[in-house]
Amino acid sequence: MRILVVEDDKDVAGFVVKGLREAGHTVEHADNGRDGLFLAASENFDAIILDRMLPGGIDGLRLLETLRAQDNATPVVFLSALGQVDDRVKGLKAGGDDYLTKPFAFAELLARVEALTRRGKSDGPTTRLSVGDLEMDLLSRGVKRGGQKIDLQPREFRLLEYLMRHAGQVVTRTMLLEGVWDYHFDPQTNVIDVHVSRLRQKIDKPFELPLLHTVRNAGYMLRSEEV
Amino acid sequence: MSTAPPPTAAHGARRRPRPLIRSAGIRFALLYAVVFGASAFALAFSLWYSTVGLLTRQVRVEIRNDATALTEHYYLGGLPSLIAAIQARLADTSDSEGIYLLRDPLGNRIIGNLNRWPAQVNDDGNWYEVNVYRDNAAVYAEMEAFPLAGGGDLLIGRDVRARTELRSLLTDGLLWAMALMFALGLLGAVLIRSLFRRMIRDIAATTRAIAQGDLTRRITKTGDGDEFDELAEIINDMLERIAKLMDGVRQVSNSIAHDLRTPITRARTRLEDASLHAHTDDDLRSAIERATLDLDGIVGVFEALLRIAEIEAGSQRAAFAAIDLAPVIHDIDELYRAVAEERGLVLETVIGGSLPVLGDRELIQQAIANLLDNALKFSPPDSVIALTARLEEAAIEICVADRGPGIAEADRPRAAERFFRAESARSTSGSGLGLALVAAVANLHNGHLRLTDNHPGLRAIITLPALPG
Repeated sequence: MRILVVEDDKDVAGFVVKGLREAGHTVEHADNGRDGLFLAASENFDAIILDRMLPGGIDGLRLLETLRAQDNATPVVFLSALGQVDDRVKGLKAGGDDYLTKPFAFAELLARVEALTRRGKSDGPTTRLSVGDLEMDLLSRGVKRGGQKIDLQPREFRLLEYLMRHAGQVVTRTMLLEGVWDYHFDPQTNVIDVHVSRLRQKIDKPFELPLLHTVRNAGYMLRSEEV
Repeated sequence: MSTAPPPTAAHGARRRPRPLIRSAGIRFALLYAVVFGASAFALAFSLWYSTVGLLTRQVRVEIRNDATALTEHYYLGGLPSLIAAIQARLADTSDSEGIYLLRDPLGNRIIGNLNRWPAQVNDDGNWYEVNVYRDNAAVYAEMEAFPLAGGGDLLIGRDVRARTELRSLLTDGLLWAMALMFALGLLGAVLIRSLFRRMIRDIAATTRAIAQGDLTRRITKTGDGDEFDELAEIINDMLERIAKLMDGVRQVSNSIAHDLRTPITRARTRLEDASLHAHTDDDLRSAIERATLDLDGIVGVFEALLRIAEIEAGSQRAAFAAIDLAPVIHDIDELYRAVAEERGLVLETVIGGSLPVLGDRELIQQAIANLLDNALKFSPPDSVIALTARLEEAAIEICVADRGPGIAEADRPRAAERFFRAESARSTSGSGLGLALVAAVANLHNGHLRLTDNHPGLRAIITLPALPG
């Protein structure tokens, strides 16, 4: 994937660029709003990681608003030290697809960027999802693995659906809390781990090949071995 | 007095003399004097007008009546009878104000107490006020001419010198009263100004002291229960609130200094220790990872602090919406039930009907989640955590009760303060901000957080005002 990083802090930018390259992405970097806007508008990117407070006269919000006014729909993740509810709302209103507050864990940033680019690709409503021999019918709300029916509670179904839509990608606990429960805070208790482990009991336990993997220091990933 | 500073003078201009008109007290008093003077003048003028008017009307009625009587004489007895009647009136010494003059069609005087017909009176049916000579004495008279059927005119009038005197007397009185009123108005202005200043002086002194840093000062109330007392009370309330907020800020900065020092020290020690003593890459890596976790914890504390500050600022009230808490609590129950079961605890949830409230769903979710986090953390194995939510007399009560160590009664009032950690909780993980956030959320919704004994354990009760209807 081609990703544009607009970030003026050298250390943060260097760290993010290095990490994204290690994850196999092509990365361009701009250290001010003007260059960032020029790059974003003149070249094609799969995602943009955007700081809000930028030198060069154009801050992150202005940059994004200008971009969106030009009908450029490139997914944008804000990466900002402005972390109040108001700031987040402003960022999303300006056309941001996700908002991550500094300081951040790189795994979280990577997972969110990759999740966004995948979301952009789906064309038309999907009615069936499948990962390996695990199948989900979104219309009848039935789940089967290897032809064997699996009974899921409604919330477990939504959890699995989220994981299947992001199959092959890391999803973090925060992403699950937001995407499945619509909670925008971090509980002190490991609630997500418990729910994922319950889901794992149902979809993995009776089968030989595990699909739901824990990614250390990051979150979870649903994938069949051959991916 | 003009050099005295007005009580409301700004800090920087305190010693600069001000023109008298710039004083609010003077303006206030002058306005009062003007209104007072205008109303007094209106009263006096209307009195003057109606008195003089009444006298005029009386005289005219008298003249008309006289005319009617005399014309009757003329109709019944002809000219001789009329002359006799006029003679009788002229002879009556008790009536010294009457003025009569009868002339023939050629304009010759027949009888009367005027030497000649006044030149101004040339139209019948009009009222005239003229200076005439009655029996060679100058009088001021009100008069009217009446035509007689057989030719000739009859002039009837009354001496109104007394009325004129009364009018000038009233006018003089009025002018004097005006002058007195003006003087009294000025005196009143001065009095009001000093009253005004005296009442404001205390407020000014107090606020000035506070501006200079003495936050303990309060405005003394006069005890009259008047507007100034009311103002003093409002200002004192405001100062109380400011002092409380300042205390909060002071407490938070102290807490940041003390409570964050520990995890920062820990992270720093780990990193330094690793850089000095780590022998293998694995040692180094694990030390760095643990230090990163420590830093994440510190960031978490910061975020919680900021969140609480954000909530206490109250700006989120603008985004309040009518929500039913029943499904919200149901969701939370579902989220935590699995965790409770995993730990061998029982979560008993009772949600009574719909729970309408005006508020922020996310914040209430977080508050209840915090209470459940605490309950899970402190519950002994195999115990019960009760989550109940019900509507009770226009208030919604959300209660989380556990069987853990609870909070000692002496500690409960402070338990919702930032960074407070009870003795029994010192050994557990946590920032000491959970209950502070719950209390802030409850307060934001005009509700409150109450902590009571669960015999044993803790009952944390959030009470929120229910949305009526």
